[in-house]
Amino acid sequence: MKQVFKRPRSLADIPFHYCPGCHHGVIHRLVAECIDSYGVQKRTIGVASVGCSVFLYDYFNVDVLEAPHGRAAAAATGVKRACPDHFVFTYQGDGDLAAIGTAEIVHAANRGERITVVFVNNAVFGMTGGQMAPTTMLEQQTTTTPFGREARVNGYPLRMAELMAGLTGTSFVARCAVDTPKNLMRAKRYLRKAFEVQLEDRGFGFVEFLSACPTNWKMTPKQATEHVSRTMIPYYPLGVFKEENA
Amino acid sequence: MVETTVFCEIKNVAAGMATIKLRRERCKGCGLCIAVCPKGAIALGTRINRNGYPTVILSDKGSCTGCAICAEMCPDVAILVYK
Amino acid sequence: MARSRMLLVKGNEAIAMGAIEAGCRFYFGYPITPQNDIPEYMSRHLPEAGGTFIQAESEIASINMLLGAAATGARAMTSSSSPGISLKQEGISYLCGSQIPGVIVNMSRSGPGLGGISPSQGDYFQATRGGGHGDYRTIVLAPHSVQECYDLTMRAFDLADRYRNPVLILGDALLGQMKEPLLPGKHRVRDAVKEWALTGANGRKPRRLKSLYLNDGELTKHNWMLYRKYRRMHKEIRFETVSVEDAKLVVVAFGSVARILKNAVAMARDKGMAVGLFRPITLYPFPSAALGEIAGRVKRFMALELSTGQMVEDLRLAVGTEGVDFYGRPPGSIPSPDELYREIRKVYRKRIG
Repeated sequence: MKQVFKRPRSLADIPFHYCPGCHHGVIHRLVAECIDSYGVQKRTIGVASVGCSVFLYDYFNVDVLEAPHGRAAAAATGVKRACPDHFVFTYQGDGDLAAIGTAEIVHAANRGERITVVFVNNAVFGMTGGQMAPTTMLEQQTTTTPFGREARVNGYPLRMAELMAGLTGTSFVARCAVDTPKNLMRAKRYLRKAFEVQLEDRGFGFVEFLSACPTNWKMTPKQATEHVSRTMIPYYPLGVFKEENA
Repeated sequence: MVETTVFCEIKNVAAGMATIKLRRERCKGCGLCIAVCPKGAIALGTRINRNGYPTVILSDKGSCTGCAICAEMCPDVAILVYK
Repeated sequence: MARSRMLLVKGNEAIAMGAIEAGCRFYFGYPITPQNDIPEYMSRHLPEAGGTFIQAESEIASINMLLGAAATGARAMTSSSSPGISLKQEGISYLCGSQIPGVIVNMSRSGPGLGGISPSQGDYFQATRGGGHGDYRTIVLAPHSVQECYDLTMRAFDLADRYRNPVLILGDALLGQMKEPLLPGKHRVRDAVKEWALTGANGRKPRRLKSLYLNDGELTKHNWMLYRKYRRMHKEIRFETVSVEDAKLVVVAFGSVARILKNAVAMARDKGMAVGLFRPITLYPFPSAALGEIAGRVKRFMALELSTGQMVEDLRLAVGTEGVDFYGRPPGSIPSPDELYREIRKVYRKRIG
């Protein structure tokens, strides 16, 4: 018998600190698989953000820079401009990218920076204990929307992929999920394209991953994954929102 | 009892069939693998690892086709697949 | 001296020129009065030198782009003025925590808040106390002429690399906008390999640059290590003295105030007053020891600042609270040598005789 599934080389062999059923682990692995697949491990520089994934530098066998909360896209701009031949990616949650980091992500995209952005959307601020995020759904209870999110008070959940697709500087924008095996395979394909637009010097690549947060949604891992399927996907449709051809 | 083996070994599997190995100390008992196995061959076992998590086992060894969907869905890269 | 090589330039331009000469190849900035000559000069000349200029979407984005470029080992700079520097504080704290070098230029304007655009020295605390969060310091260099704008900027890059720390240049609107002859020099960039830089894990273990230390005792150790580095920075103290050897009253000032004072002190000397000038060039580390030495021989000190009094606190820490007078001029008008001479004379008559 031969091994048909193994840990990617770019993923460090240490236990993840993420909660049981959190999709960060899956998404980390998918990114590492892509780094291996394109053979860029030795010239990859990752930019970590602030959130549950703040320890990203422990999990990837690549050089990583810690950026202040919300600023990964600006830091990645500096990295890529200084090292245009390197593969540069950011990995950001919904607080980091869609709240405090909206200016930086919009402008990095608008400039068509040759970076790949992995955006993990779990509709809540995970690390800080479950507060509302810009992507929190209406009526969703969080620690700062204890009676459920109301549009009048807190506005509407932000659809980042759609927003990014409207910017001329972006080359590939998609949203996916890892809630089902079928969606996971689709996610892999989208991630590959987001890598390719950078590797082929075509432009800015952006993939939004819908993700489960069992702990802060107060659900079991199975329920949380089903919540992605049943409640998040209808509001945050999966698919490619922008794809520029080579 | 101190857990010394890391893997859940599957023995006596007929040639041509597939199997999985679980890194028990990485498993968090999240059960996502159980939910997606097309053969329903994975179940929650009785052993609790050092982190206090219940861990899964390949309960129906004969059914495993090596599709690796469990491994793909596992957030902890705790499952290795052999065919 | 080749006078034909002399250029007539603004202080702002001299800073940009010095940066390029020192090997700066990345500039990220955002427009704000009174320092726009810096990004404008960079936008034209940095690409010519093979560098990259980005007008960023904000001062916050700029400092973070600097973080990214400098993390790969490049010499990078950003510039702004007072409120824009306030925005950069978090980024500066991260640069210090992760030990990433960089040069940040503050051509001060008036505050607080939107304030005004006239020169001020009200950012002294912000600059020297580590204006952001956490226990950190940056070297602060205070030029007082266009030539110093050029020379000190070059020095700033060397110091930043030597100590793996951001260095702040503290100028003001007057310095930035005034034009003076500049003799550009040649700078030898020592291309030392940066063993900590992120260049891709090719044939080596992956590196990370971070400031987060959560394990028990780690951050304590890290902070003491930074503290010891800041102590070592005291080697870089610089100051200028004029006629202090036989002075009875020593006026202490930095930047453009020191510049105006050179005339005022000459006027005082003309009238027979034994006045000298002490001009700190490094505001952090502050030349306390040198001031302490003079304190034994001198009767009185007088601090003069374009503020309600910030540097005077460091002066009092250095020489004692008893022997220090202060003349403050919060921003909104620039004092003439005459006015400063009259303030010096007031103090001299009252304290010396």
